[in-house]
Amino acid sequence: MNRFEVITPADLASASRLLAQDGHVAFAGGVDVLDLSKQNVESPTALVNLKGLKELGGIEVRPSGELRLGAMAKLSEVAEHPAIRARFTAIAEAAGEVATPQIRNLGTVGGNILQRPRCWYFRNPDVNCLKKGGDTCYAISGLNRYHAILGGGPAFIVHPSNLAPALIAMRASATIVGPAGERTVELEKFFTLPTVDPKRENSLKSGEIVTEVIVPASPSSVRSHYLEAREKQSFDWPLVSVAIALDRAPGANTVRDARVVMGAVAPVPWRSPEAEAALKGGPLDESRARAAAEAALKDARPMSDNAYKVVIAKVIVRRAIMSVAGLEAA
Amino acid sequence: MSKKTLVEATINGETVEFLCEPRQSLLETLRDVLELTGSKEGCLTGDCGACTVLVDGRPVCSCLMLGVEAQGKNIVTVEGLAINGVLHVLQNKFLEHAALQCGICTPGFLISAKSLLDRNPKPTEHEVRYALAGNLCRCTGYDKIVKAVLDAAADIRSQGEGKAAAR
Repeated sequence: MNRFEVITPADLASASRLLAQDGHVAFAGGVDVLDLSKQNVESPTALVNLKGLKELGGIEVRPSGELRLGAMAKLSEVAEHPAIRARFTAIAEAAGEVATPQIRNLGTVGGNILQRPRCWYFRNPDVNCLKKGGDTCYAISGLNRYHAILGGGPAFIVHPSNLAPALIAMRASATIVGPAGERTVELEKFFTLPTVDPKRENSLKSGEIVTEVIVPASPSSVRSHYLEAREKQSFDWPLVSVAIALDRAPGANTVRDARVVMGAVAPVPWRSPEAEAALKGGPLDESRARAAAEAALKDARPMSDNAYKVVIAKVIVRRAIMSVAGLEAA
Repeated sequence: MSKKTLVEATINGETVEFLCEPRQSLLETLRDVLELTGSKEGCLTGDCGACTVLVDGRPVCSCLMLGVEAQGKNIVTVEGLAINGVLHVLQNKFLEHAALQCGICTPGFLISAKSLLDRNPKPTEHEVRYALAGNLCRCTGYDKIVKAVLDAAADIRSQGEGKAAAR
C-alpha cells in the first residue's frame, strides 16, 4: 500500500474541493478504499475523510413517510432500523445481507452503492484491463463464471451492490453535491453501462459527493423483498440478487404495480420492465411468478462459464415474488 | 514518511495517546504501537475477523479502520475482557467447551460474542451464528464455539437472576 495522507475537511464545500483534486479519494466506511489500496489497484495520495460531516449522517423517516438515508449511515443501522424493516423491507434485508457484522458496522450506504466491481481481472494490480484504461476485457476469453449475463459489453463486470437493487425497487433518488451545486438523480439513472465509459459504473463527477438517498413514502399496499443466492453463507457477494416491490389493491390479489430489479447480473443494477409487465394485471399465483422470472431473463446472454447464473436468477426472481405474495416462506 | 498524527482514544477503559502514520491500520497501531497483540492479523481484507475489536460497542475489523480513525473512540480489545486477571465468562466457557484449537481466531470470536451478549443476553443459536458470521475458524467446525457462547449467555443470565434474588 502506498503512503497517503488523511484530510478531514471542515465542511461539505471543502470536501468537494478536495475531491476534485487528482489522487484524492473519498473515505467513508473505508472498506473498499482500503481494500483497493492494499491490493495496489488504487494508489490514492490523500483520503478525504467524510466522517464528521453532519449533512451526510443519519436515518430519518419523515412525517410524509419519506425515508432519508444519509450517505454515511451504517449498513448495520439500516438493517436494524424498525421502520425500515416494516415499511421498506427490501432495503433492510439487502443491508443485512452485506458481508459480515463487522463490515456492516463500518460500511455505509454511500459506500455500498459506490463500491467498485469484484471482477478478478479488475482487482488484479498486474492486469491492465478495460476498466483501468487498457483495451481488453479479459473476462470475454478468460474466466467469467461471476460475470455479466445481461447488459455486458465492452466490459462484462457485474455491479456488486446489495443495496442498489433494493433502493431502485423502492424508487430511490440520490442527492449529489458538487462544484456545480446540488442535483438529484433517480438511482436507476445514476448507474451507467460500460458503453458510456467502461472505466466507471456511475455518473458521479469529479468533486461530487453523494450526500443522501431519498426513498419516497411507500403505501401500505406495497410489499417488498430482497433475496440473493451466493456460494458462501457469509462474507460473499451475491451470484444473483433480486429486489421486488409489489403494489396490490387491498384485499385483492391483482398486482397494480411492480418493480423487479436484479443485482450481480449486469454492469448496473438491472431493472426488468419485462418481468414487471408480466406481473401486472392478473391474479398473482405461481404461474404468473414463473412467467415473470422467465421474462426477467429473456434477453440473457450468458458467457462461456456462467449460463448457470441464468438458471439461478430465474429461481431467485420466482421465489422472491412468491414470498412477497405470501405463497412461499421467505 | 508521512507525518505522524497524535491520536487520543479510550482503549480497554484507559485514555491513551499515541502517534501513528495515516496509512497505519487500527490493527497495526494496536499491535505495533500499543503492543496489544491480542488482536490477530489474518487476511487484512475483512474476511476472517481475527482482528475484531469493539469500537463504541460495535464489532469492527480493525484491519479495515485506520489508526487515526480511533480519535475520540472507545475501543475494547480482547485484552479488555479479563478484569484483574479474572477471565470473562466467555473466556471460561471457551476453555470449558474446548472452543478453540490453534487459537488465532479466538480473540475475534470472543469480541464478536461479547458484543452479541451485551446487546442480546438471550440469543437463539441462529442469532449466535448470525453474530459470529464475520469470524472464520478453520479448526473447530464452529459447533463448540456456538455452544460456548450459548452456555456463557445462560451463565450470565443465571448470575443476573442470582443478584436480583440476593437483593
